[in-house]
Amino acid sequence: MLWKETEYNGWGRVLKATGRMARPEKPSALTGIFTENPCPAIGSLRSYGDAALNSDGDAIQMTRLDRFIGFAPETGILEAEAGVSITDILSTFSPQGWMPAVMPGTGFATLGGCIANDVHGKNHHGAGTFGDHIESIELLMADGKVKRLSANRNKDLFRATIGGLGQTGVILSARIRLKPCSSRMIQVDERRADSLAEFMGMLETSTATYCVGWIDATAKGSALGRGILEEAELTSSNMTPKLRKARKIPMDAPSFALSPPTVRVFNKAYFNRIPEQGRGVLRSLEDFFFPLDKIHDWNRLYGKRGFHQFQCVLPDETAEETLTEMLRRISNSGLASPLAVLKRTGSGNAGHLTFPIKGFTLALDFANANGAEELVRGLNRLTANAGGRIYFAKDSLATPEDVAGMFPEMADWQQIAGTADPNRSFETDLTRRLKIRGKK
Amino acid sequence: MTETWIILGASSAMGRAFARHAAGTGATVILAARDIEDTRRSAADCKSRGAPQAIAVAFDARKPDSFKPIYELAAAQHGTINAAVFIGSMPDQADIDANPMLGDDTIQDGFTGPVNFLHGLAHLMEERGSGTIIGIGSVAGDRGRIGNYTYGAAKAGFHTYLSGLRNRLTRSGGHVVTVKPGFVDTAMTWGLPGMFLVASPEQVAQDLWRAAEKKKNTIYTPWFWRYIMLIIRSIPEMVFKKLSV
Ligand SMILES: Cc1cc2nc3c(=O)[nH]c(=O)nc-3n(C[C@H](O)[C@H](O)[C@H](O)COP(=O)(O)OP(=O)(O)OC[C@H]3O[C@@H](n4cnc5c(N)ncnc54)[C@H](O)[C@@H]3O)c2cc1C
Repeated sequence: MLWKETEYNGWGRVLKATGRMARPEKPSALTGIFTENPCPAIGSLRSYGDAALNSDGDAIQMTRLDRFIGFAPETGILEAEAGVSITDILSTFSPQGWMPAVMPGTGFATLGGCIANDVHGKNHHGAGTFGDHIESIELLMADGKVKRLSANRNKDLFRATIGGLGQTGVILSARIRLKPCSSRMIQVDERRADSLAEFMGMLETSTATYCVGWIDATAKGSALGRGILEEAELTSSNMTPKLRKARKIPMDAPSFALSPPTVRVFNKAYFNRIPEQGRGVLRSLEDFFFPLDKIHDWNRLYGKRGFHQFQCVLPDETAEETLTEMLRRISNSGLASPLAVLKRTGSGNAGHLTFPIKGFTLALDFANANGAEELVRGLNRLTANAGGRIYFAKDSLATPEDVAGMFPEMADWQQIAGTADPNRSFETDLTRRLKIRGKK
Repeated sequence: MTETWIILGASSAMGRAFARHAAGTGATVILAARDIEDTRRSAADCKSRGAPQAIAVAFDARKPDSFKPIYELAAAQHGTINAAVFIGSMPDQADIDANPMLGDDTIQDGFTGPVNFLHGLAHLMEERGSGTIIGIGSVAGDRGRIGNYTYGAAKAGFHTYLSGLRNRLTRSGGHVVTVKPGFVDTAMTWGLPGMFLVASPEQVAQDLWRAAEKKKNTIYTPWFWRYIMLIIRSIPEMVFKKLSV
């Protein structure tokens, strides 16, 4: 059948939508739907909030349009349908010496989803966002026509589609530039950082290609902001990675699983696992880039009520002061989970609404317990006041006022999206909640 | 030894998943389906995934003229020729009841088409002295039910043919696997009410591959359907005829 009546949710499982969903297996089936009923496309639903939800109409799930269309081994340019997953690209092409130039923390994300949120990876400071590595995009427009976009052709629409939250049309396929990789292993060095200032200093001076910090969001006082810095370089090791089998979380975890005492004990052990002088390990690319993917449905660990994720990026000038205040509030609240990341970001603006700016990004999960929403709302305001940005792929609680001043190119983008989609067929729960499309 | 897989119905979700699996092992694939343009894209996909050659060719179970070019393509390949058959169509039984001639399409797609195709291929496999045929039947072929008995009858006929062909090809070193899938998550079952324990096409493709390697005769996929169907088959007809399962 074409349509399925279904309830679906963002990765955080707090926000949900009910509606009709189609999951075409051929591009022609999709164009068929569009002649009558243009509606937003969604990928693997790995956005945490409501970026991929449409309570007000239909949606098209792209995951079955997942074929490689062509690959040029001389240049590393890959053309693929939008539903291809990042893991599929990595595991197919890394044995041939190529990998995606930018990868988010989950390999389940689709090519289309990575473009629409213009995702960043552990190499953002050097490599920019996903959108910096796109040759061209094939876009199905609201009127059923297909346009090819690139830096030379339809270039405004090209930029508006990168990080454009699906508002310009459905990405059918794209040509992306892969980067060479010498093996399927990666050398990872881990070092402790005992305080926030030390941590930020280490991130700032790191020269590693891949660099990411795990942060102990339960630490207080002089240990506030302590964590572990991971720096990694591709190697030429000949070892074939031993991939562990994925496991499933069969049911929602009880609420004590991630309660404050459990998290404190876990975080302490996790921190102390790294010897004081640091250590180096060889990991498979999959283990390093997608550490959580081995546990399918890990979002169920937060129990039935789900969880919120908060991610902000702060400019260098305000970062230390704001991060200190944020971490103080978070550790005092006792609501933090072990999943907390601090990263350095570089500059770049592949799309009008691209999230990262030069500075630092902090990302954390909070179980949807009492007080969590208040805490996150406060963090959103701190971000806005510090001249930072929140990340649409993660957000479920920001307000139109929070985001109003965050993206200087918002007005230009609204104009381009308005021309591409005059009837607002592609609006999602997120764009409606945050009034991103602007006034009609 | 080079392996070639002919995949009939290559643009179905199961056919696609199986073709990728075969490509990943380094086999040449001949992808046959009605929608040639879409099949070309699948062929490109298989090439990226490791197939030394991936050829798209038009195939229509209702048009016997479309068979010969595929035999010729296969004959031109060295080594072992294998075939996997993923075709079939399942209109609403109510539509067939209203328009009995519709049943003929179902029978051609699920029974006479694949049977005639395989019959024309069998001698090539005998000549080569090797090769496996994987035929996708259905649990619906195990017992006629009010909801889809024309489809079920076509599949039951196909099952019987496959067992005969197995008997024949065994003598020359070939093999035939009969597959009875339960519910698989494809465009055909998307949004249908009453689906449960739905398997992904990738899971099914893996099961098929393993069954071919182990030279299984008949498999249910996922495996527990064997027991579900055991129960359904053991219901006395006196009772069964009044049920709507
Ligand atoms: C464990 C985990 C780790 C993560 N780590 C990172 C990280 O390190 N960096 C980072 O940047 N993000 C990260 N993310 C977020 C994730 O990468 C993004 O949310 C990504 O967009 C998800 O892709 P998806 O295919 O699931 O898209 P969805 O979440 O389904 O959709 C996302 C958006 O893309 C649009 N969209 C999807 N497909 C299309 C299409 N074909 N055409 C047009 N629009 C489309 C949707 O409308 C929606 O607006 C992480 C998420 C998880 C769960």
